[in-house]
Amino acid sequence: MFELEKVSKRFNSLTALDDVDLIIPNGRTTVFIGPSGCGKSTLIRVLMGLIEPDHGVVRYEGAPVNAGSAMQLRRRMGYVIQGGGLFPHLTARGNATLMARYLGHPTEDIYHRVDELAELTHLPSDALDRYPAQLSGGQRQRVALVRALMLEPDVLMLDEPFGALDPIVRYQLQTHLRDIFRGLGKTVVMVTHDIGEAGFFGDDIVLLREGRIVQRGPIRDFVDRPSEPFVEHFISAQRTLIDSLEDGT
Amino acid sequence: MIVRVFLLFMAGLIIYVAPMSCIAQDIRIGSKVFTESVILGEIIAHLARETGASVHHHRQLGGTRILWDALLAGEIDIYPEYTGTISNEILSGEGLVTEKEIRDALGSRGLAMTGPLGFNNTYAIGIRQETSDRLGISTISDLRKYPELTFGFGNEFLERGDGWPSLRTHYALPHIQVTGLDHDLAYRGLVSGSIDAMDVYTTDAAIAFYGIQILEDDLNHFPVYDAVLIYRGEWEESKSNIVKFVNKLEGRIDEATMAAMNARVKLDGLSETLVAAEFVADQFNVVVTVRKTSWFANFLVNTYEHLKLVGISLTAALVISVPLGVIAARWRKLGQVILTVVGLIQTIPSLALFVFMIPLVGIGGPPAILALFLYSLLPIVRNTHAGLTGIPPDIVEAAQAIGLPRLAQLRLIEIPMAGGMILAGIKTSAVINVGTATLGALIGAGGYGQPILTGIRLDDVGLILSGAVPAAVLALLVQGLFEVVERFVVPKGLRL
Repeated sequence: MFELEKVSKRFNSLTALDDVDLIIPNGRTTVFIGPSGCGKSTLIRVLMGLIEPDHGVVRYEGAPVNAGSAMQLRRRMGYVIQGGGLFPHLTARGNATLMARYLGHPTEDIYHRVDELAELTHLPSDALDRYPAQLSGGQRQRVALVRALMLEPDVLMLDEPFGALDPIVRYQLQTHLRDIFRGLGKTVVMVTHDIGEAGFFGDDIVLLREGRIVQRGPIRDFVDRPSEPFVEHFISAQRTLIDSLEDGT
Repeated sequence: MIVRVFLLFMAGLIIYVAPMSCIAQDIRIGSKVFTESVILGEIIAHLARETGASVHHHRQLGGTRILWDALLAGEIDIYPEYTGTISNEILSGEGLVTEKEIRDALGSRGLAMTGPLGFNNTYAIGIRQETSDRLGISTISDLRKYPELTFGFGNEFLERGDGWPSLRTHYALPHIQVTGLDHDLAYRGLVSGSIDAMDVYTTDAAIAFYGIQILEDDLNHFPVYDAVLIYRGEWEESKSNIVKFVNKLEGRIDEATMAAMNARVKLDGLSETLVAAEFVADQFNVVVTVRKTSWFANFLVNTYEHLKLVGISLTAALVISVPLGVIAARWRKLGQVILTVVGLIQTIPSLALFVFMIPLVGIGGPPAILALFLYSLLPIVRNTHAGLTGIPPDIVEAAQAIGLPRLAQLRLIEIPMAGGMILAGIKTSAVINVGTATLGALIGAGGYGQPILTGIRLDDVGLILSGAVPAAVLALLVQGLFEVVERFVVPKGLRL
């Protein structure tokens, strides 16, 4: 469980987080959503201790997340970013096993685990021995997921994981990923700007605007009971294109 | 892989360092970078060996300033000098005129001087016989009538207090086409007609050989340049037999003898060692066997010395500049300071750097290695910095996010990714280093610069090429070597 208490962060003149209070429960999928610059990417980095807030406290399972504790805590979290963030000088297998090898886990266990995860994420086994430059966008994202799951983390963090993919691959991966998350029963935190994606994954959706939480709840609430006109506007903006086609028929 | 290559370099360093510790030398002789000085140095060497001392002669160590500094620093014990150079150049501010005044001035610096060896090798101005006949020039004053003539002077003459600046004032010479060039190259320039007048030493063999007309110093500008030997003052007290042999040379070499010896070397192509041996046999009945060293043996020695200069300086540069580059990339403000400083070092002329270092590390290999080390820093530091700061931010973040400690991020992710850039910087440094190391000969460090320097002095193109060609080949080999290393060091994933 993450707890944020009055967390603020500024980058020069830009307010990324403004006095945010938030609790993220275990075992559920929480999605941060909002327009560009609303602070959703800052928020997920603050949770991992990649960015230290100017004010306020972040706690994970009761212990504060700070410069001293972050490195250990990150080993209990898996992280997937847009484009995968794979190390180009290592093969897919090298990427996935880097941290486990650094920690000195037994080689046999490591390779067993990689194969298991490759199967889970539908990654072809020959792809494991290729370099990132030799993989397709979807494969790269799956490798990033294998890397994130390698140390059996309690939490999985995903920052725009489908941003760089074409629509068909994106759809396949989304469906597949949701099944995996449900099967694993892990705490998942995801950042996206796509309301459909948020609704598809999220048990709990957090809408941010200019560093503040505007509304939080299941997707139904956002459609049926928007807390302010901005919410309504944000939802409808993304529905307009499809709806306008439907109106025309 | 980077670590493994680094260890290889370290092993190389240890191998190189071992032979560096010099054998004990009783007498260290220096000579300037012209033939007469080298011959005198060899004569001293032959006589010194007779006393049973072990002798090392730093041949053609450099110009006046380098020899003087080396003597003051105790890096050499003795070298041939000229009274005019001491009074008008080295100690020019002190108004020294008589031999006694010079002797006292040296004494106050812990140095001593022999009496004159017997010849006066003064400066003179020489022109082509043909120019002299055509324009009717026979004195330096006559030059005033022809301001269009071009002058080519040795770099030392161009700058020294008793050289061109005072000559111009003394004779009110109007000439503006004055260039500085190597003394031995100036002869070729004069003969080929690209310059009309040059400075000559009156005992130069080339004067007679090329039929050069010496202009009369009708206004008595040039002082007397009596050849003497100057040496460490301690000798006066402690090593009396050495002082005896040094004084044996007083009054024994007249101008004709010196000019003849110069001609034997420069025109007949004999070695200075041999000419000096003939002299001591003739004058002192000292028989010296001169072993002729083969071209190949010289080549091996030069190669060894050159590799030593390059190997040590480059290894040290590598050990220092990769971490400097890492620091520069990590702390941006400090990085600007580091990059500025190593950039500034690059702009110091190499000869100036050598001269600065004599009081600190002496002559020979150490100052050359230190200078080469300093010149090798910039490409490696800059490329390491650029390689590290050029890594995409999402990769850096991913390395943090998986929970790697800072040093492990550097070792496992950042250095391998920047490896290609770092290696390119090392390659640039290595190639520049191989070329610059030829300048080490100017300060007695040996290497391929030695035959080049001697070749220029003796006007021997073959000798110049025997240094220049191996240096070029070595640069190509080094480049090739690094291209092979690149295949192992740069990860396959980055070459796709």
